[in-house]
Amino acid sequence: MAGSEAVVERVVTGAHYGLRDWLAQRVTAAIMAVYSVILLVVLIGGVPITFAVWKDLFAQGWMRVATLLFAASLAWHAWVGMRDILMDYVKPTGVRLTLEVAVLLVIAGYLGWTIQILWR
Amino acid sequence: MANATIRKPRPKYLSLAALLFEIRLPLPGWVSILHRISGLLLFLAVLWLLFMLERSLASEAGFESMRRAASLPLVKIALLVLIWAYCHHFFAGIRFLFLDLDKGVDQATARLTSVMVLVASLALTAWLGAKLW
Repeated sequence: MAGSEAVVERVVTGAHYGLRDWLAQRVTAAIMAVYSVILLVVLIGGVPITFAVWKDLFAQGWMRVATLLFAASLAWHAWVGMRDILMDYVKPTGVRLTLEVAVLLVIAGYLGWTIQILWR
Repeated sequence: MANATIRKPRPKYLSLAALLFEIRLPLPGWVSILHRISGLLLFLAVLWLLFMLERSLASEAGFESMRRAASLPLVKIALLVLIWAYCHHFFAGIRFLFLDLDKGVDQATARLTSVMVLVASLALTAWLGAKLW
């Protein structure tokens, strides 16, 4: 029938049926990739890592902010990825929703802990 | 009836032998499923990694205890697995970004880049392992 809308059956534990998460996963991946390369260069290319060097590194403002950006990217990235896994393998809505909430709580916990470690 | 001898027997039933030795996942498939497995692994490992980060930054004694723990064989193996997971997820992810841009989607290139991802992640893991110990 001309002009009729495509009907998408929306599920409460489904994706957002859009581009946003797909794009977010890729943008956050790029941010984490850049951070990984920088960290690798700092760790491998620099002086031997002693406690003093290690503590100094994470005392720098730029390192704390960069690490926070990494953690925030990881949180969003991992959420999309874990939800993809749950959508593929866990079919009952109740179980899937429970696991999704568990993943979100774990991610929130990770983020809070990271901030606590960085700004002690 | 000469043709009948070269015809594959149909229907084909799945058996353990068929699953193990006959039906093989193509290399891009291995890169894909390992990307998923490594991602899951890394998600779970963040708990341990944050614990190590906290202890190593808390005090000199904590730093040294983490260093000592990292020299235990079992911990070494676990760390190497995580380093591999990170490397594989990194390289496979970059490959997927190119696939998103429709680069390297033909079969020959897709196979080649799959091999490159698998080799690069193993090589980087070996190099980092050697650097660390």
